[in-house]
Amino acid sequence: MHDAQAAPLGRHAAPPAHPGYTTTGLDHRKMLMWLFLGSDCMFFGSLIGTYLAYRGRSLSGPTPHDVFDIPYTSVSAFVLLMSSLTMVLALAAIQHGDKRRLQIWLITTALLGMTFLGGQFYEFTTFYDEGLSLQVNLFGSSFFTLTGFHGAHVAGGVFWLLYLTAASIFDRLNPEASLYVEIAGLYWHFVDVVWIVIFTVVYLVPV
Amino acid sequence: MATTLTPPQVTAPAPTPAAPQVVAPRPVTPAYHGFTSWLTTIDHKRIGILYGTTAAVFFLVGGVEALMIRMQLAVPNNGFVSADAFNQLFTMHGTTMIFLVIMPMSVAFFNFIVPLQIGARDVAFPRLNAFSYWAFLFGALFMNMSYFVSGLPDGGWFGYAPLTTRTYSPTERIDFWLLGLQLLGVASLAGAFNFLVTIINMRCPGMSLMRMPVFSWNTLVTSFLLILAFPAITVALILLMFDRYFGTNFYYAPNGGDPLLWQHLFWIFGHPEVYILILPAMGMVSEILPVYSHKPLFGYPFVVYATVAIGFIGFGVWSHHMFTVGLGPIANSFFAASTMLIAVPTGVKIFNWLGTLWGGSIRFNTAMLFAVGFVSMFTIGGLSGVMHASVPIDLQHQDSYFVVAHFHYVLFGGSILGLFGGIYHWWPKITGRLLDEKLGRLNFWLMLIGFNITFGLMHFLGVDGMPRRIYTYSPNQGWSGWFGLDWLGWNMLITIGAFLIAVSVAVFIYNVFWSLRHGEIAGNDPWDGATLEWSIPSPPPAYNFAVEPTVRSRDAFWALKRRWQAVEVGEHHGHLTMAGMPTGEVEFEEAHSSEEAHRAPVDVSSIHMPNPSFFPLIAALGLTCMLAGFVFGFGLSIAGAIYLIVAIGGWALEPTS
Repeated sequence: MHDAQAAPLGRHAAPPAHPGYTTTGLDHRKMLMWLFLGSDCMFFGSLIGTYLAYRGRSLSGPTPHDVFDIPYTSVSAFVLLMSSLTMVLALAAIQHGDKRRLQIWLITTALLGMTFLGGQFYEFTTFYDEGLSLQVNLFGSSFFTLTGFHGAHVAGGVFWLLYLTAASIFDRLNPEASLYVEIAGLYWHFVDVVWIVIFTVVYLVPV
Repeated sequence: MATTLTPPQVTAPAPTPAAPQVVAPRPVTPAYHGFTSWLTTIDHKRIGILYGTTAAVFFLVGGVEALMIRMQLAVPNNGFVSADAFNQLFTMHGTTMIFLVIMPMSVAFFNFIVPLQIGARDVAFPRLNAFSYWAFLFGALFMNMSYFVSGLPDGGWFGYAPLTTRTYSPTERIDFWLLGLQLLGVASLAGAFNFLVTIINMRCPGMSLMRMPVFSWNTLVTSFLLILAFPAITVALILLMFDRYFGTNFYYAPNGGDPLLWQHLFWIFGHPEVYILILPAMGMVSEILPVYSHKPLFGYPFVVYATVAIGFIGFGVWSHHMFTVGLGPIANSFFAASTMLIAVPTGVKIFNWLGTLWGGSIRFNTAMLFAVGFVSMFTIGGLSGVMHASVPIDLQHQDSYFVVAHFHYVLFGGSILGLFGGIYHWWPKITGRLLDEKLGRLNFWLMLIGFNITFGLMHFLGVDGMPRRIYTYSPNQGWSGWFGLDWLGWNMLITIGAFLIAVSVAVFIYNVFWSLRHGEIAGNDPWDGATLEWSIPSPPPAYNFAVEPTVRSRDAFWALKRRWQAVEVGEHHGHLTMAGMPTGEVEFEEAHSSEEAHRAPVDVSSIHMPNPSFFPLIAALGLTCMLAGFVFGFGLSIAGAIYLIVAIGGWALEPTS
């Protein structure tokens, strides 16, 4: 049973001539994730560049100064950063074969991610009530687009974590499959790092 | 000892045990017959054939669009098409030729040739590969579907933003264009990720990067360009989509939106895209010239480093498309300098190609003619390209036919001639039959002459002041009318040249269909090829290599055939001459079997290949419906999203065996 289920998730890779052999020694899927993150860097780079190009160029309010609540967003940024820690703990747990801890830390990571998303939802609605919309000025357009796409990335990550948790609960994620947790972790850490950049550029650097 | 490399028969793999059914009955054995087998195929060779065939069909579509443009412009004050139709024609001619012809035709060769060249059994992610093809096909069809709804897109291939916003382009044409382009982007990215992992991670033992065939090197660099350049246009298109659908202000000048934003984002993608179009053809030519010169590629490391250098510098030249914007002297100087700089690695390659020919024993058959045509025509295009690096000259040439002449010399004289060379070179490997050489020569010369009449004359027309993208002109501007005849002039000659190209393409099409039925049987190695793909049968079996090859030098198959079993690559490589070396299968088999003597003959039925799958097709269809919903109603988007989620779930849970 366990042999047949050794890699129950995402068997996307073609069988190499010798099982497990790759030229670099790195798994295909892990390399795919690294390359995707490289590409995603350019995606966020373009969005952040757009935000920077339009910074301070809105013809009417509200401006960042009118709406931002730095302490509030700092807390939610802290929550997201802590989720990287729990992600590392989840990976350590599966590498040590500790299934219960794996599930606990995966769920915790997902919950922290959801907390961040909830915070973003609350922030967006507050800003909207204060008159900042996608349409009202350049700041609204570029702010909501940039942070919205980041939020979408976090949401994707949350679904991924929940999927891994379910797989573990239904016994389809063995210690040998720690690679899947590792790859999800790469993605999750990347989304965190992007938030550090966004938080600095958008919230902390004064216009 | 019997060779293990050319097994006589492909034995069908044993049927696999029934797997849990997810959505629909799964195809569980690799079928190689019938329509369904093409829908579910994940074999890189078949996907390559699908890519190539689709690109060839769109080559005809884009060609007909070009001919209609030329018919309209042949004589002054012509009424063959309306101004509106003309805008649609040049927009879709450019978009089609770039995204639906040159890119997918290159990807067809990536698919078919690269795994064979690096000694792999398939690509790293076969189903992602199939998804890439289906997303490409649906994106192409969706974009052209616009014709039946509100006319073809008409914003130019680079779709400058204030023009393409809802204010100035209120119909759905631009929606089809931008959504279709997003789908094509997804397809390109999926393909590029796949080739990167395949080339980095699936090379056969001994195939270090510096032993890798140059075409595979160019595929590697092109794929890096794809994954790093496409996100920029993805963002540009997302912002345009938000402007058109949700009323954001990115390109809306009354609220401070800046037209420069689109230009920068587009050209940060757009200039690497130029190298995405030319590098594959350069790779093909770098394979063709050595084989027909009977000499290894001159200065292999320099060609490789030049390719990498072009990839890097290609990201630092984009604003030379924007010299007339007025970015200021510092920006203009920087981009002028970087543009001149990128001519250096390109020149390095051209001299290496010449060095390859120098002293070789040259066979001028069709593939070689196209390759030499590529080198000479691309050089002309490159020279006018360096002219445009000079800002004052560029200011004069901007938006004139001189620019049209320049980029057709690099894209047609470069990419298309290179791709034709690649087709003539690898056709026997793909189909098992040779294309006719006489027809091939006719095809080449007609195309070369037609091409030079068409685009060579555009240089003169351009410096004479004829602007791009005008649908007609008056008779007294010097662009028509010689010898007292109203109709005879630059523009009429150009149109005649364009039809000459059409005739050459007709010859090619005849040659293809003739070859498929009556072409001479090619055998494994009709050209005395240098690389591994020529060591296996034509067409290759599903598993490519019965025995995983082991490589000990560059030009591995030549080395085997000539008993070059140099332990260290590069030591003797440059000093030995190929000419006069014995060739032939016997020689190779001996060399091979002595090397592989310790290996037992392989039972090919034991080679495990991944099963075909419906899910790539379903996922691509779901994604297409999601995007199509923006035009046809959001209900379709929701249905598409559900479809996509189901497909991804099935994909993830589908057992591969």
